[in-house]
Formats: sequence, structure tokens, C-alpha cells
Amino acid sequence: MEEIWKFVIENKEILYFVILAVFVGVEVIGGVPTVLHTPLMSGANAIHGVVIVGAIFVMLHVDTSNVLALILGTLAVFLGTLNVVGGFVVTDRMLEMFKKKK
Amino acid sequence: MEKFALLEIIYLIGSVTFIIGLKMMGNARSARNGNLIAAAGMIAAIFGTIFLHEGEVQPVVYALIFGAIGLGTVVGWMTAKRVQMTKMPELVSMFNGMGGACAALIGLMEFEHNAGSTGAMIAIVAGTVIGSISFSGSIIAFLKLNGTMNKPIRLPSYNIINTIMMAGVLIFSGWVVYAASANGGSLWMQSAAGPELAHGAMLFIYILFAVAIIYGILFTVPIGGADMPVVISLLNSFTGLAAAFGGFLYDNKIMLTGGILVGSAGTLLTLVMCKAMNRPLSNVIFGAFGGSSSAASGTEVKGSIKDSSATDIAILMNYSKKVVIVPGYGLAVAQAQHVIHELEQLLEDRGVEVKYAIHPVAGRMPGHMNVLLAESNVAYEKLVEMEDINPEFDQTDVVLVVGANDVVNPAAKTDPSSPIYGMPILEVDRAKNIIVNKRSMSAGYAGIDNLLFYDTKCSMFFGDAKKALTELVNEIKNLS
Repeated sequence: MEEIWKFVIENKEILYFVILAVFVGVEVIGGVPTVLHTPLMSGANAIHGVVIVGAIFVMLHVDTSNVLALILGTLAVFLGTLNVVGGFVVTDRMLEMFKKKK
Repeated sequence: MEKFALLEIIYLIGSVTFIIGLKMMGNARSARNGNLIAAAGMIAAIFGTIFLHEGEVQPVVYALIFGAIGLGTVVGWMTAKRVQMTKMPELVSMFNGMGGACAALIGLMEFEHNAGSTGAMIAIVAGTVIGSISFSGSIIAFLKLNGTMNKPIRLPSYNIINTIMMAGVLIFSGWVVYAASANGGSLWMQSAAGPELAHGAMLFIYILFAVAIIYGILFTVPIGGADMPVVISLLNSFTGLAAAFGGFLYDNKIMLTGGILVGSAGTLLTLVMCKAMNRPLSNVIFGAFGGSSSAASGTEVKGSIKDSSATDIAILMNYSKKVVIVPGYGLAVAQAQHVIHELEQLLEDRGVEVKYAIHPVAGRMPGHMNVLLAESNVAYEKLVEMEDINPEFDQTDVVLVVGANDVVNPAAKTDPSSPIYGMPILEVDRAKNIIVNKRSMSAGYAGIDNLLFYDTKCSMFFGDAKKALTELVNEIKNLS
């Protein structure tokens, strides 16, 4: 129990941050026409590619004598890049179509 | 110090670009710019993280990072550019899985460096488990959508197995967090160099990783192809959550914002999709449609169906005032979106008013039909959403249903015993004539008979959508 109270107190800013960000997420999506749901999902998909930042962190602190860590870290950065680049490019392709003819 | 502050500013700006970008994507006009703004924020965050890092980094690490980013960019770019529009949903699923795997790998690698820290362990274990489920689930969703795995596979009493499995994953995760936390401590000890993992403790995180992967597979496999969009959307928000846990671990605000934003927006999107199908999310996950359920029984069908030829339909359409096209997944499969546009233009040239009626769940993802039709240059204004088109069916001469089934099934309104009862549908039976193009009489995804086909105003036009429509276009051309 003690542990939980400590956790709450130590992380109170983050807890606020999380709750507020949840509201922002809900607010931002609200009222979007059905037509745009697929591109929106795709765009959101690209945005969670931000996890690559974490993968880069891991690599920047990696112990270079640990080959397994190097391999896994590089793989993580590669996969994260796929998520980001693929995500944004696919979304752009979808949205490009909505622009034609006005 | 300077570098650190600068990096924080970049993260702040990046977070704002995500919010603004996502907001702009909610409007057809600004959507494309919104996506580009978010992408710019992302690029800044990535390079900021690399170049504004304080502390010694071996050249080999830089080489590996840039190598991975370079290769990832080329592969991601090529795949995204080359894929056909009909294949978009599975691609989104695939990229989502990659993000999940990335989050899981981060968890696997950070486990050993954070022994004894409760907060970090929660973030690591949660990130690993959620990321792994998202990864394996997305891969299954990908395989299902591209047809490699086209039937839901249901182990006997899969719901019980899955529930037990889920409970197992949760309990195991809880135990690992506890044992590696400050209080528990059976997985770590205090050594001269600080807290250190006990010998062999790494094994547990690997087992957890494997179990989560298996759960992701079991979770997705029983769900039918028609429900995949909902699953992808759900897994999408899972990956967001996994990224957010990563942000918590590193106290990194941009990962937190991006992750939670997607987590909450993705969850809402999932619920909106379920609402469009009038099914609670639990129903999608635990399944009620098709397969072994009682869905197929339904009411007994009376009456007979009428078969119609391209020539008859061509004449009918040619002399109509208003035609509404209802595109469905069958149109996408047959790649008939260009032919349908040709048909539309041909009819418009002859003074017939043509519109498209888009059901919220038409195609494989909400909005999928719009993307497909937009690809073949159909004007955005011609695509009308369900609520707006329904009142117009009374004045419609001909409704052409192409490869859609459940979304026009009147049973959703009239038959309380039907599994789709209550789902909002396109009320095409109010139109004067209904033409249904289908490959065969087989039932739709829901596995139920469609009473519409037995309507006296309805004629069937059998055949592959592309072939049948091409034939129809030629017939209309011949009429002149």
C-alpha cells in the first residue's frame, strides 16, 4: 500500500498530464465525419510511431559490448522507422485523393 | 544544459504538431496539411533526440541508428507508395504491428537496467505486454485482410481459453512487476554497483513477451474478417498506449503526448465504429456473428428472386432521373471502382443524377469506400453519408447495390431475431427499383439471408462486379 501512495505522489504531474491528454485526444477526434475515419486512423497510427524516440534512447545508452542489445536496439529503431515513415506516407496518399476536384 | 533545454523545446513543439495535425485531419480540406505538420514534428523529434543527446556515444551506435533509420525509411516509403488502394487497411495494420514490436523491444531491453524501481517496472512490463499483443494481433489482422487467413479459426470454447489466457498474462505481469519492484525483490538484489537483476531473471521478461505474443494471436484469430477494422483500430490504440508507457519510463513528454493522444483517440474511433455497426465492442471481441452462432437460422425466406440482364438494366438506368449507387466490399475486391466511375459519368452525360450512398461501415474500414472512390476520381460531393441519403431514396428511380449486402438488409429494421437487428442501414427498399450486383447468392459477412433480394422491386444482376459493370457500361453506350 505504502508503495502505491509513494507512486502517486512521485508521479502526480504525469498523472495530470495523462488525464488531460486523454481529454485532448477525445476532443480532437470528436465530430470527425465517417469519410475521414480511415485516414485518421492511419494518421494516428503514424503518430504512435513516436515510440521510435524510445528506441533511439535505448541505443544511445546501449552497452556496445552487448551484441544482443545492439541487435535488438537496431531492430527496434528499424521497426519504429517503418511505423513512422510508412504511416505518414500512406496517410498522405489517402488524403491526396480527397484534394482532387476541389 | 543548453542542449537539454533545446531538446525539451523541440519535444514541446512536436507534441503541439501532433495535436494540431490530428485536429486538422478531421477536416477534408486541411487533412493533408495536418498530416504533414505532424510528420514535420516527428522528424524534428527524431533528429533532436539523436543530435542533442548529451554524453559519450560510440560511433558504431550512430552508424547502427542511421543505418536502421535509412533502411526503414526506404522500405517504409517504397511499401507505402507501391501498395494498391484496396490494400490500404492491411498496410495500416502492418505498420501498427511494427510500432508495437518496437515498444515491446524497448521493454525487453530496459528490463535489466531498472531493477528495483517500481514505476519503471510497471512501464516496462506494460509496454512489453501491450506492444507484443499489438504486434502479433496486427500481423494476424494483416493476414486476414489480405486473404491468407480468411476464415475465423475458433478453438472449442475459445472464449474461455482466451479469458484464462488474459487472466494469466495479467497475473504473470503483476507478479513480474512485484518481484522486480522495490518491495518484492525476489528478481533483484543490491550489489556493489547498485541494484542488479538476479541471475536468470531476464528469462521471466522473455517468457512474458512470448506469452503476450501468443495471447495476441489467440485474441485476433477467432474474429471474422468483417470486424477486422474494429480490431485494427483497437490495436492501434494499444500501440499508442505502449508508446505512452515508454514515455513514462523515460519521462519523455512527446512519447507521452503522442501515445496517449493515439490511445484515447483510437479508443473513441473504435467505439464509433462499433456504434456504426450497432454492436458493443464486447460483441466484436467475444463474437456473435457467423460461424457456429445461431445467426444462420433466421426467418424463413419466402418468395423468389428475379434475375436481370445487363441490357434490361441499361435501359432502365438510361431512362431514370436519379440513380444511387451503394458500393460495398465486393466492389473493392473486384477493383471495380474505375468502372463504376465510368458508369456514373456516362449516366451524368445523359442527364441522370448519380450519387453514391456510403454506409459508415462499407468496405473494410470506415471511410475505406471514400478512399477507393476518390482514387478513381469520383467527386467528393457525390459521396453521401447514410443519414443524408436515406430520405432521398423515395425519389430515387434506381438503386444499384454493388457488392454490399448486410448494410442494405431490411432485417436490421424488421426482424428482432436477426443478429444485425438495430444496425442502421441504407433504406434502399424505398426506391422504385433495386438492382443488386453480387457474385452469387451467398450470404454476406454476417452469414444471414437478405430479404431485400426477394423484394418484388429487386432484380439480381449476378457476376463479378468489374465484369458485370463493364458489360453494363457497354450496353448503355450502345443505347445512345
